[in-house]
Amino acid sequence: MKLDTIRRGLAVLALAAVPLAAQAQDFTPENPECIAPANPGGGWDFTCRQVGKTLQDLGLIPSTMQVVNLSGGGGGVAYAEVVNKRNDDNDLIVAASSATATRLAQNAYPGNTMDQVRWIGAVGADYGVIAVAADSEIDSLPALMDQMKSDPTSIAIGGGSAVGGWDHLKVLIAAQKAGLTDVRAVKYIAFAGGGEAVTQLLAGSLQAFTGDLSEAKGFVESGDIKVLAVLAPERLPGEFADFPTAREQGIDAIGANWRGFYAPGAMSDAAYAYWVAQIATLYDSPEWKSVMETNGLAPLDLQGDAFQAFVADSVASIESLSREIGILK
Amino acid sequence: MDTLANLADGFAVALTFQNLGLALMGCFLGTIMGALPGLGPSNGVAILIPLGFTLGLGPTPSLILLTSVYFGAMYGGRISSILLNIPGDEPAMMTCLDGYPMAQKGRAGEALALSGVASFVGAFFATWGLVLLAPQLVKVALLFGPAEYFALFTLAFATLGGISATNQAKSAFAAALGLGLAMVGVDTQTGVPRFTFGEVHLYDGIDFLVAIVGLFALSEVFVFLEHRGTDRDISTKPKVQIGRIIPPWSLIRSCIPTMGRTTILGFIAGVLPGAGASLGSFISYTMEKRLVDRDKTFGTGDPRGVAAPEAGNNAAAGGALVPMLALGVPGSGTTAVLLAVLLALNVTPGPLLFTNNPDVVWGLIAALFIGNFMLLAMNIPMVGLFTRVLLVPPRILMPIVAMISFVGIYGISGSSFDLLVMVGFGVLGWVLRKLDVPLVPVILGTLLGNEMEVNFRRAVEIANGDYGVLVGSPLSIGLWSIAVVGFVLPILFGARLKRRMRIPEDSEGGLTRD
Repeated sequence: MKLDTIRRGLAVLALAAVPLAAQAQDFTPENPECIAPANPGGGWDFTCRQVGKTLQDLGLIPSTMQVVNLSGGGGGVAYAEVVNKRNDDNDLIVAASSATATRLAQNAYPGNTMDQVRWIGAVGADYGVIAVAADSEIDSLPALMDQMKSDPTSIAIGGGSAVGGWDHLKVLIAAQKAGLTDVRAVKYIAFAGGGEAVTQLLAGSLQAFTGDLSEAKGFVESGDIKVLAVLAPERLPGEFADFPTAREQGIDAIGANWRGFYAPGAMSDAAYAYWVAQIATLYDSPEWKSVMETNGLAPLDLQGDAFQAFVADSVASIESLSREIGILK
Repeated sequence: MDTLANLADGFAVALTFQNLGLALMGCFLGTIMGALPGLGPSNGVAILIPLGFTLGLGPTPSLILLTSVYFGAMYGGRISSILLNIPGDEPAMMTCLDGYPMAQKGRAGEALALSGVASFVGAFFATWGLVLLAPQLVKVALLFGPAEYFALFTLAFATLGGISATNQAKSAFAAALGLGLAMVGVDTQTGVPRFTFGEVHLYDGIDFLVAIVGLFALSEVFVFLEHRGTDRDISTKPKVQIGRIIPPWSLIRSCIPTMGRTTILGFIAGVLPGAGASLGSFISYTMEKRLVDRDKTFGTGDPRGVAAPEAGNNAAAGGALVPMLALGVPGSGTTAVLLAVLLALNVTPGPLLFTNNPDVVWGLIAALFIGNFMLLAMNIPMVGLFTRVLLVPPRILMPIVAMISFVGIYGISGSSFDLLVMVGFGVLGWVLRKLDVPLVPVILGTLLGNEMEVNFRRAVEIANGDYGVLVGSPLSIGLWSIAVVGFVLPILFGARLKRRMRIPEDSEGGLTRD
């Protein structure tokens, strides 16, 4: 507390001494910190660590990014901590993804809303896939949807998120677009992670898998599963070009799990501008492009106000979908 | 032959000065982290990830460093179990049962050395299992659907009676308590929060480590506080004897069959994603007790009761690498962290890892062999050093235990709420100790309860509500049979055995008669 006060005092002094116009360029974080709102090993942890490492490699931050794992409540503990206790911390960014937007939309962070923080930018998106085992008779997304229409109990779809989570919603979006009237009949089985769900797909317990492209990538290469559709607006570049989109099969469903960052709500404009600029520079670097390629991340180039608007949009659309399927009353 | 050639290549990768140095450092740091309550293998590995990045290490050296930490922590967890009755991490819980009584009898040195040897045996043969059987074992993992997992966890609970010999009802009560605690949090199958009282910190459920540190370490501190200045004050108790450091060969030899059996059991438990090292050490201990405990010495300081869980949990640590390397699916919390490291280093885990990155895989496996020998060589001479802990007077030791607990738990999640939960568990542990309720089943309930419930519901849901699916495959029928036999046999034959045992027991003044 005391240290904070001193630091804030120093910052005020520094600001007073500097001509106002130069503010945006003059902010540099003393102790850049990234909160990963989950235990080590998950997607948020990866976002923090990988971005922190690349920022440092590129010389975009003055010192090592300290990664703090603040897990709990599916990111809700970290969100509350940032809003309540660290609202004016200029050195802090927090990893976020579609899951964050989903939970905000479903009021799963009690008492918190998306405009309590400032959204910095995205570093890529992981498009959703719907896949089946390689030896499955189903070979297109409409075929899968037709079977679900005629007998919803015959298809168990597994994914790595809880019921109502993003993996579940993706398949519901597709089902809705395919004309399934009662999406609640879709048999979704929740697993602790995408990998576990794929394993059960291979073991024959499940008939289909919904998840992110990066989770499915290794198993597609080994020939164990086949991707029925990728939920992207158009075909992805490079090695993923073979996967048909849902849209070209007549089912206009798009589901991207974006990864990005938010910052405390009362962060100074100078600090906000600094972080937006650094993330933008990072995004444009060839180093980050190669990270995206190895991890199956697709382009999603949104920073600052554009990103803020994007998150607001996705929160609104998830909210209406959740209401429709009865997760949100 | 291919395999051996690959392994030789792996050794060529691992045997550089840098990599050997990293392995040594990893083993040492891991042992210490494992021994400190609250800092388990997964946190130990996570803490050291930035070190790998800052040193600018490539994928193979980073993995060598981090897996050495992993194996080191699996070795180290037993140290505080034996010396202080406080498990350093979840799998080391079972080692408390016989390790601590051995230490109290003045055989701490032997227990530490023996458990070091058992750890080595488990880890060493599990690494061979990894080399020779990884591709085949993946098929075993694929036999396990939700119904089979449910049967497996039920099997674990059916043999629970093996933990405490004194009062089965109290064990059952403790397990039920643990199962109840496992229900706290958001239910993944419906998305509904249960028993969270609107408290967002509880949405993810209760962290096992918080529960363990509270139940074991803090309650120990409370018991100490309670007895301070009374005639049961342990601070004035005569010093514990350390005993000999190197166990006699005959002792090790008598444990060889135990180590052999539990290595296999532990390895299999490790291979199954979601089961992991805790189940490995637990099943190893209870099975071994069922098999060889003819004189009812388990739980009172039987060396075999120390060797069994240690061989089991270290074998499971090796086994957990099978699904991680061969499928890209983590078999335990720690392997999940290791997978994340692979991703961060631009290596894609998955079924093709062996083909695409042979240098990473085989370098890692070779490093495991080297790490194992280092750990054995490091651990035996250090037994003397570790046992000095017993010479520290409790009035100094206990505050240190409390401090490490708080720092360790805060370090995991960075939330002060967890500290309150930990204190709550400390009080609960103290009350349960007063009532003579064993603590281990509480943790097991919490640890396995969730997986058991979730798999049950997955199985039934996939089968559209048909409960027949639970006994729908030969494998699940087999598991159920073992569970039933393991549960019923002791009830049928226990009484007869007890009658036969009565005379020697009484002469020792061991058990109270009813």
